[in-house]
Amino acid sequence: MIINHPLLGPRDATEFVYLGDASMIERPNGFGEDVADAMYEYVYLRDNPAGEHRELWYHEQGDRSWLVVTRNTLTHEITEVALARDVARSKGRSK
Amino acid sequence: MRYNALKILKEGLTGNKGWTPVWREPDPKPEYDIVIVGGGGHGLATAYYLSNKFGITNIAVVEKGWIGSGNVGRNTTLIRANYLLEGNQPFYELSLKLWEGLEQDFNYNAMVSQRGILNLYHSDSQRDAFARRGNAMHLTGSGGELLDEAQIREKCPYLDFDNARFPIKGALWQSRGGTVRHDAVAWGFARGADQKGVDILQNCEVMGFQIENGVCRGVETSRGAIRAKKVAVCVAGSSGRVMSLAGMRLPIESHVLQAFVSEGLKPILPSVITFGAGHFYVSQSDKGGLVFGGDIDGYNTYAQRGNLPVVEDVCEGGMAILPMIGRARLLRMWGGVMDMSMDGSPFIDRTHIDGLYFNGGWCYGGFKATPASGFCYAHLLAKDTPHPVATQLRLDRFQRGAPIDEKGAGPQPNLH
Repeated sequence: MIINHPLLGPRDATEFVYLGDASMIERPNGFGEDVADAMYEYVYLRDNPAGEHRELWYHEQGDRSWLVVTRNTLTHEITEVALARDVARSKGRSK
Repeated sequence: MRYNALKILKEGLTGNKGWTPVWREPDPKPEYDIVIVGGGGHGLATAYYLSNKFGITNIAVVEKGWIGSGNVGRNTTLIRANYLLEGNQPFYELSLKLWEGLEQDFNYNAMVSQRGILNLYHSDSQRDAFARRGNAMHLTGSGGELLDEAQIREKCPYLDFDNARFPIKGALWQSRGGTVRHDAVAWGFARGADQKGVDILQNCEVMGFQIENGVCRGVETSRGAIRAKKVAVCVAGSSGRVMSLAGMRLPIESHVLQAFVSEGLKPILPSVITFGAGHFYVSQSDKGGLVFGGDIDGYNTYAQRGNLPVVEDVCEGGMAILPMIGRARLLRMWGGVMDMSMDGSPFIDRTHIDGLYFNGGWCYGGFKATPASGFCYAHLLAKDTPHPVATQLRLDRFQRGAPIDEKGAGPQPNLH
């Protein structure tokens, strides 16, 4: 698979390390009321869809950026690649 | 019809005209006691043990494609019981015991071959870890022997003992491990269940569950609605897809595992051999092909095909211990979808929805577990209590802080 890095252009997927579902960007509040349940769901439960999947890849053999890759799990086709930083900021993180 | 030598002789002399189909092709009934979703090895084994050992025969097995078309038809056929943790090892020991008596039990030739499994180690620390694992195996009476280099040289003189990077120092040997003819496992269980009246419904896809007031009352299928007192899901790689129809999220990701078969060669490998410093395992089929595999590709996928970097990695592992296979040509390769769990261990459990049961998370080790998985699932369905060797294989174990993590890799499915 080739991942079209937003800054570096097309790179081979072997340069990256795969983490998993991009929902992991949204870490629950560690001081919330329901923190045990929220953390359990965050760490262990997955949607695991057949079809479009947003996922985190880390460019370990490259610029060490985290990417949010939108990829089809039935065809391996990649339709969108964004810097995870931009995705997190658009959700109001680290402003 | 029971198979025996006399019958084969008689049929051989009369033109083989007396053989009948191994299972019926019935139409779905409107209601069953138990509907098993998934006609793979585990689903068929569950139906077999329910009908033959637990006395429940009003069962349907619904399968989207044809039975045995999933992972039981596309694995590397290894059986073994060489786990470390007490949540796993007694379960796999039960499985190995069931394998040992399976063919007599279901009167079908599954070609169970206990040719042994040789787990090579390459360093002092790995020898210590294997010794510990061997001791854990002895606790369940599974056998296991720590061999030194000289003993392996006797068995397999052609291994690359003096590899500069990963010299072979010894191995953990389990003589009861081996291989089984995988398709025959599905067919044998199907036949045994069918003879007790279990309906095997092929080309029957589950489209939804009938959940009323938190109780599962049946399934919607492509061949109509089927009511059931209990619905038992065991769909391996499709676990996420099927359980989402019941609104459940699972501690499972689907990944692809590739496997390979070389051209037919003269008998050379006496047993299963695994590489200890990377991920590579190989056995030789009765037709002579080397059957081998390695790591999963490592990203979520439902495509039954992988990518080339993992092919290279697997072949490098092979070349590190068996340089001679570099001359063998690859006959075919394929991929299967694995239900990789968060700790690398499976689930056989009830769900929070009454009447809905779940069996999955087998990662890439589901084949060896087939009989025990079926037996323990049947036990759970018949008695509503887990079988003693499956008490830890629960869906809520992460919430309780009790994962069964053989590798200690943490909640990262692609590392198990």
